[in-house]
Order: sequence, then structure tokens, then C-alpha cells
Amino acid sequence: MEVFVQQLINGITLGSIYGLIAIGYTMVFGILGMVNFAHGDVFMVSAFIALIAFLILSAWIGAGLIALTLLIVLIIAMVMTSVLNWAIERVAYRPLRGSFRLAPLISAIGMSILLMNFVQVAQGPRNKAIPPLFADVIVLFTVDGYDVTVSYKQIVIWLVTGVLLLAFWYLVSKTALGRAQRACEQDQRMAALVGVNVDRTISITFIIAAALAAVAGTMYLIHYGVVSFADGFTPGVKAFTAAVLGGIGSLPGAVIGGLAIGLIETFWSAYFSSDYKDVAAFSILVVVMIFLPQGLLGRPEVEKV
Amino acid sequence: MSDPLLRVEHLTMRFGGLVAINDLSITAERGHITALIGPNGAGKTTVFNCITGFYKPTEGRIALRHGDAAIWNELDALTGEGRRSRVRRDGALFLLERMPDFEVVRKARVARTFQNIRLFPGMTVLENLLVAQHTPLMRASGWTVLGLFGVPSYGKAERAAIEKARAWLDRIGLIDRADDPAGDLPYGAQRELEIARAMCTDPVLLCLDEPAAGLNPSESAKLARFLRMLRNEHATSILLIEHDMSVVMEISDHVIVLDHGVKIADGPPDAVRNDQKVIAAYLGVEDDEVSKVEAEVGL
Repeated sequence: MEVFVQQLINGITLGSIYGLIAIGYTMVFGILGMVNFAHGDVFMVSAFIALIAFLILSAWIGAGLIALTLLIVLIIAMVMTSVLNWAIERVAYRPLRGSFRLAPLISAIGMSILLMNFVQVAQGPRNKAIPPLFADVIVLFTVDGYDVTVSYKQIVIWLVTGVLLLAFWYLVSKTALGRAQRACEQDQRMAALVGVNVDRTISITFIIAAALAAVAGTMYLIHYGVVSFADGFTPGVKAFTAAVLGGIGSLPGAVIGGLAIGLIETFWSAYFSSDYKDVAAFSILVVVMIFLPQGLLGRPEVEKV
Repeated sequence: MSDPLLRVEHLTMRFGGLVAINDLSITAERGHITALIGPNGAGKTTVFNCITGFYKPTEGRIALRHGDAAIWNELDALTGEGRRSRVRRDGALFLLERMPDFEVVRKARVARTFQNIRLFPGMTVLENLLVAQHTPLMRASGWTVLGLFGVPSYGKAERAAIEKARAWLDRIGLIDRADDPAGDLPYGAQRELEIARAMCTDPVLLCLDEPAAGLNPSESAKLARFLRMLRNEHATSILLIEHDMSVVMEISDHVIVLDHGVKIADGPPDAVRNDQKVIAAYLGVEDDEVSKVEAEVGL
């Protein structure tokens, strides 16, 4: 029981990070019908931006105002990552729109390798670390000497993720921009004919995806304390798995899928072997693809006539 | 008394070697219902695609005016300048062939529907009408940024948009289904919702591509009444492609007949109905010509 509760706490933390990345995959897929394979690396770059911003700012502001520092770091990471993703869409995807279906996919893989290698060269191949943040823990209860704890950083991650998900949900479901986005998902040409600027809406989709990836990147940095150039790949693919599991194109599906993958991974590590946690996570992908191709909350594919 | 709203001049559209429209010149009068008819493949939908910015015409000019008719005098000057539009206090001119599709809706205020229904099926009926008011809402929300911080002008604009959408739903009798997905509506209701959505973009010219297709006679009659109401009460000018001649002859002020990309007749419905060339285009050739051909081949 106590192990279960502890792993539940850990799994939700990890899962909320995956969920944030998965939203980026699912939004871009929804509007362009394309898997943006560079999204994991955009997430990794955002973690590096957060790392650099944090190191500079903490030297300036000092360790006293850690919450303020983190807020500024988060904003810097979100803004810079958004600009990066906007540029990626303009340079690597937009010219290929209307080309054959595989072209933007290949371009995305190229962009992924480009980002990974650029960071490897610019930042070096080793892990970069920040000093541990919010390391204190709250002991919830103790059973037979086993403390069930929740750390401050986990609480920070939940709060930030929760608040941003709410803001994001409001944006997509309640605003004119969100309506335009959903309209573009369903029929781009008709959306243009009711006055929606489709190109701009797609750009904004990439910006929102990047902003959420930057939140995930910053949270990842707080959670693990280290980041390396290769960290885009595995979390990226897991988040993609989460998006597929939840039903690609479905936003609540992405969050649920992210939480599911996070929980599966932590429970597998706790009860079986942590060496096989990735095997477990990706086996899920295979099984889901076979038995539930449209995912948990996905719409069944409707052939357009 | 001619008061043109839209002028299509010497429009030619080629697709490779195929000439879909050849040197076509037509006008649509302000406050009129102008019908564009012709056999299949005559190029009617291609004309619509050129007007609404989906095709770039091979040659020709498509001009639309807002406001005072005197602004037509500046048409040649505008064409020569190479710009898209000229906007003044008392009127505006737009060269539609130079504008991307979303600007044709936003700035020139031309709305259109398609032969097949193209609602956003996964969005609610109400949301379909709200998307059509995207442009004023985005402006009021400061391109979303201010809207997220709850600026009051955005709340006001959003309420006004919902009010307008509900007024249209009331008019087409769908107010009870405002929160249902648009794809769940019956076919005839979807047709009307599409036209209401086009009206929500606040158009000066409404281009309808076969609005009566697939409707039964009573639904067609209801549609005809609806279109006449749009013309009479909203002063909307309508350009209509339609195969249902009962609708065309009943509501049109002016009928233009195309065949193989060329205009073969142009006038009030009664004159067009009795035009020999129109009859020939619809029925093939005349009876006496048929007998002549039959005589030649020895039947």
C-alpha cells in the first residue's frame, strides 16, 4: 500500500511532464495531420534554455528568491522556445505543405537530428546540472518505517502543470482562437472562407505547442536536476506514445495518455525491474496500435468522400 | 438603371490545355439575386473559385465595390497601380483576383458555400456561427492576448457574437439545437445553417453553389423564401449557381447562362427561359437538327 501510494505520487509527476509534451504532438497532428518528430528535441532545447537562464539568474538574484527566479526562467524558456518552434515551422514545414505526405515527416526527422547535434556541439555531450531545488520533502505518513513522501518540487510541478493546462484548456475551448484552431482541424479551406487566416493559426499552434513543451522542459529540469543533448529522444517518443495512447488529435487524450505512460513506467520500475521500464512503455504502444488504433479518446478515422 | 456590385471582366481560366472559362464578362447588381446556370461542366463553379480567391485566373479582372458607386471611376487607376484594393470613407474597391482567400472574406466581404456541405461537423451549431465571426472577435480580443486577461471589450464582443448567432438560429428554426454537433442535423437544416454561417461573416455578396441540391420540393420552396428574405430584409446581393429551375426562375432578378466556359445568354428569367441557344445547350440540339442528322446517316 505505502509503496503504491508513493509510486502513484511519482508517476503522476512524471506523467504530467509527458502529458505536456504530448499535447504538442497531438495539436500539430490535429491541424496538419503530421507527426512533428522534432517536438521532443524542441522540449530538450527548452530544458537547456531553462538551465542557462537559471544559472545566469541565480548568480544575479541569488538563491533567496527561488520562486521568482523560477518564474522568470519559465517565462524566458516559453518565449524563446516559442520563437524557435515558430521558426522551425516557417523554415522546415510550411514550404512543404501541399507536397507529398512524407515530405514534412522527413523534414521533421531532419530537424530533430539538427537540434540534437547542434546542442551536442554547442553545449557538450555531458549532462549539465543545476543545484537541487525544493529538495525538502513532506512526510505524508509512515508505515513500518517506510515514509510516504511528497517533495516540494513535485508539488511545484503539479501546480504549474495544472494551472497551465487549465489556461490552455480555456484557450482552446472558449476563445475565438481556439475555435479557429478546431475549424482548421476539420476543414482548412472552409475555415479560410469564413475569414480565418489558416497560416497564422498553424503558426500559433506551433507556438502554443512549444510553450507547453518549454513548461515540460523546465519541470523536467527541476525534477531530474540534469539535462543532456540526448534527453529529447526518449521523453519525446514516450510523449508521442502517450498521444497515440490517448488518441492522437484529442487534447484530453494526450493528458490522460501522458499520465498513463508515467504511471506505467513508475509502477513497472517499482514492482518489476527499472531496466525494463522503457520496454514496458513501448510494448504498450504496440498493443494499443493493434487493438485500439484510434486510442482511448480518439475519433475513429472517417474516410472523406 | 444599372448598379453593379461585382464586375467580372474578360475572365479566362485555363488548366493546362483545358480552357474552363473563356473571356467571360458578367456583372452582379447590388441588391439582386443573380443566377448562374448552365449544363454540367459549363464552368460555373470555376467562376466561383476565381471570385473567392481559390483559383488565380489566367487572365481577367474581378472587381467588387463597397459603398458609393462613384468609386468605379477609379477602377482602371487601381488596376494600373498593381495594388489589391482602395478603401475610402464613402466606398472601397477590391480586385479579388489579387487577394488570398481569407482576405476575400475578411476585407472584400464575399462569402460562399459549396455544392457539398462543408460545415465543421465536430463543432456545435452555435460554434459554427461563431467561427464565422472570427475576424471581429480576434480584433476585440487583441489577437487573444488581451482576451486571456479578461479585457471587458472582449467579453462584450463575444456576447454580441453569440447574440448575432442566436438571432440567425432563431430565423432558421435551429435555436433548440444550438449546442448539438452540426454534423447531427438533418440535411436540409445543414444547408440552411451553412447559409446562416456565411451570413455571419457579414457579406456584401453571398455566393451560393447549388444550395437546393439534394433538397425535396418543400425544402426547396423554404430555401427560396429564405433567400428572398436575405435579399429583401438584409439587402444582401446574391450570386447563385443552381440546377433547380423552379428555384432559379422564382427568385432570380437576373439569369446568366454559361456553356463550355462561354456566356450564351444574359437577362431576366423570362427572356432566358425562351432563348433558343439556352434550350439547345440544355437539351443538346434542336429537334429539326436531329432529324437532319438522322437523314444524313440514312435513318
